[in-house]
Amino acid sequence: MQIEIHHSTRYRFAEPVTFALQQIRKTPKSTPHQTVLDWTTEITGGAKQLAFEDHHNNVVELVSLERDTREVAVLSRGLVALEDNHGIVGRHRGPAPLWLYRRHTPRTQPGAGVREMVRGVQGETTLDWLHALSGQIRAAIAYEVGASHPGWGAEEAIAAGRGVCQDHAHVFIACARLAEIPARYVSGYLLLDDRPGQDAMHAWVEAHVEGLGWVGFDVSNGIAPDTRYVRVATGLDYADAAPVSGMRIGGAAEALDVRIDVSQQ
Amino acid sequence: MSETEIFDEMWGRDGCLREPYRAFHAWFEGEDPKRLRAKQREAEELFRLTGITFNVYGKAEAEERLIPFDIIPRIISGPEWARLSRGIEQRVRAINAFLHDIYHKQEIVKAGRIPEEMIRRNDAFLPHMIGVEPPGGVYTHIVGIDLVRTGPGEFYVLEDNARTPSGVSYMLENRETMLRMFPELFSRIRVRPVQTYPFELRRSLAASAPGCAAGDPVVAVLTPGIYNSAYFEHAFLADQMGVELVEGHDLRVVDGRVAMRTTRGYKPIDVLYRRVDDDFLDPLNFNPESTLGVPGIMDVYRAGGITIANAPGTGIADDKAIYSYMPEIVEFYTGERPLLQNVQTWRCSEPDALAHVLDNLGDLVVKEVHGSGGYGMLIGPTASRKEIAAFRRKLRARPGNYIAQPTLSLSTVPVFTRAGLVPRHVDLRPFVLVSPGSINVTPGGLTRVALKKGSLVVNSSQGGGTKDTWVLED
Repeated sequence: MQIEIHHSTRYRFAEPVTFALQQIRKTPKSTPHQTVLDWTTEITGGAKQLAFEDHHNNVVELVSLERDTREVAVLSRGLVALEDNHGIVGRHRGPAPLWLYRRHTPRTQPGAGVREMVRGVQGETTLDWLHALSGQIRAAIAYEVGASHPGWGAEEAIAAGRGVCQDHAHVFIACARLAEIPARYVSGYLLLDDRPGQDAMHAWVEAHVEGLGWVGFDVSNGIAPDTRYVRVATGLDYADAAPVSGMRIGGAAEALDVRIDVSQQ
Repeated sequence: MSETEIFDEMWGRDGCLREPYRAFHAWFEGEDPKRLRAKQREAEELFRLTGITFNVYGKAEAEERLIPFDIIPRIISGPEWARLSRGIEQRVRAINAFLHDIYHKQEIVKAGRIPEEMIRRNDAFLPHMIGVEPPGGVYTHIVGIDLVRTGPGEFYVLEDNARTPSGVSYMLENRETMLRMFPELFSRIRVRPVQTYPFELRRSLAASAPGCAAGDPVVAVLTPGIYNSAYFEHAFLADQMGVELVEGHDLRVVDGRVAMRTTRGYKPIDVLYRRVDDDFLDPLNFNPESTLGVPGIMDVYRAGGITIANAPGTGIADDKAIYSYMPEIVEFYTGERPLLQNVQTWRCSEPDALAHVLDNLGDLVVKEVHGSGGYGMLIGPTASRKEIAAFRRKLRARPGNYIAQPTLSLSTVPVFTRAGLVPRHVDLRPFVLVSPGSINVTPGGLTRVALKKGSLVVNSSQGGGTKDTWVLED
């Protein structure tokens, strides 16, 4: 299957920016099951400084906003070919050691909520256990757009009982790592059946299972990622994989407009 | 520890004048103590004028204090130094290979020589460095190896300073002062020079420039600013090397490089000798609250646009739990037996070791694994019952945070007092410059001396002083 993606991010500032830097992670990865046929990034109102591939094999582009900038737009577009892998990404690749994905971050630090969540999960094999975990999280944390805060970690989402895909991912990762299973956050594009237009990227998770390698779980939708899922950035949590992260001097009152179109070719 | 066990570097254990001190002693005997006392005062005045001072942390007013200087040099013979510097070079070579390995394939973990937990659970391991190739393959451009001596040929490494070793300005100023005070001594005794250090440092840094550097590489020193305890040294080294001293707010990312503001616009920096800790180096990638760093410098570094000296993430080699594996590390990467000895170290993370340490607290030195500067440590033999009890609680609460070592009988070197020469304990921090394909150990280093009788704590933050360190041309 081939998927075409248009992703535009536009920031407007009521007060002009003095200086800002943005790290952008929007370029899909090239992997055995995913081929990036074409990808371009256009930046208006900012200057591309450099690009590099980080320790999770994410393509990171650094963009600067110079003095008096009031608007910056990043438009990425391209075409990705996907082969069905039944949710199995396969053996661990890349420069980071597998154990890195057993390291907790502030967002996945387990507390009482995560421990309680793990206690109720049953499964004969690791894979069964992970599927059960995914189901339990989906049942315990209702999907509700706008219910959570992007800064939340696993514990906050469990306490609230509501959240979005990012929260489901953090809870899953925290629980898997507590069970000493390497787990990672995946940010990407999802082809929806009913509409091309979306206002955010999707997030799901991968856990490393002995013998299978990395296995994907879309906790929010309760399914295994298939050829509709385009993997973009991976990491220990949202912070490693965020589509945009940055720092800014000046430029108060930012307004963000995100438009994503994902369609089948 | 009885007095007779202690090795004095001038008088040995038996009171016979040792060879390296013969010429100095002959000169000293011919001097009028009154003149020497006057010289000692003059030396102190000179330090005050040059402005070599030291901020002591933990004092509300961040008081600037002069580090006491003693005019009696610490003398090491040529052959002694040759042996020592071979050991230092070997260790520094191994540290660089270790750093490259743990940020790449981790062969040493796969080979089972270091437990994975030592790296995985280590806060000093910096994931951002995974897979990064530092320009020229150098991680530790400047290293300070802290050594102590317990006998004529017995040197032990107390700790490795691969992150940001400080104190080299004292080595240089101590020599400068001695040359001014006693020029005749240096015509009588041939002492190997240390004054070329700033020149060698600049050359070494320039040789480590990234591929994108055009022509003569631009080097700069990044300081946290005037409130940092080592600000004097940062300014001194920049001045001596003839390069810019910059602060974070002088720099920003321009055209994919880190550039400094000048009167003629932005000028890209090829090599940044940074004296700002990793956590504060880049608010975009690390601590977002930091105002001391340069946003995006880590991205420029990862894209190959700058050399950061020392490389981020080198602090893991300073970790005192990693230190306990240094003999294995040296053997693993050099294929040789370690020439320098490690001090026996109990890792309190291991239950058997912890039990031993708790049973013998009164005889041991206990240190935090990430600690430095003599802060947060327990010296069993001189600690009160109360201090030991308090430390016992800390150890039980977080055993993995501590290591313990036996109390060593540090060697002594005489210091000059009103009552004549009296022995005081010393350590030694030689400085090592690493550039692609070359390791250069400066002949000498910083000798720190505990000025209180019997004291083993030489840290300047704890009231220690310094001496000029001589390596003889013989």
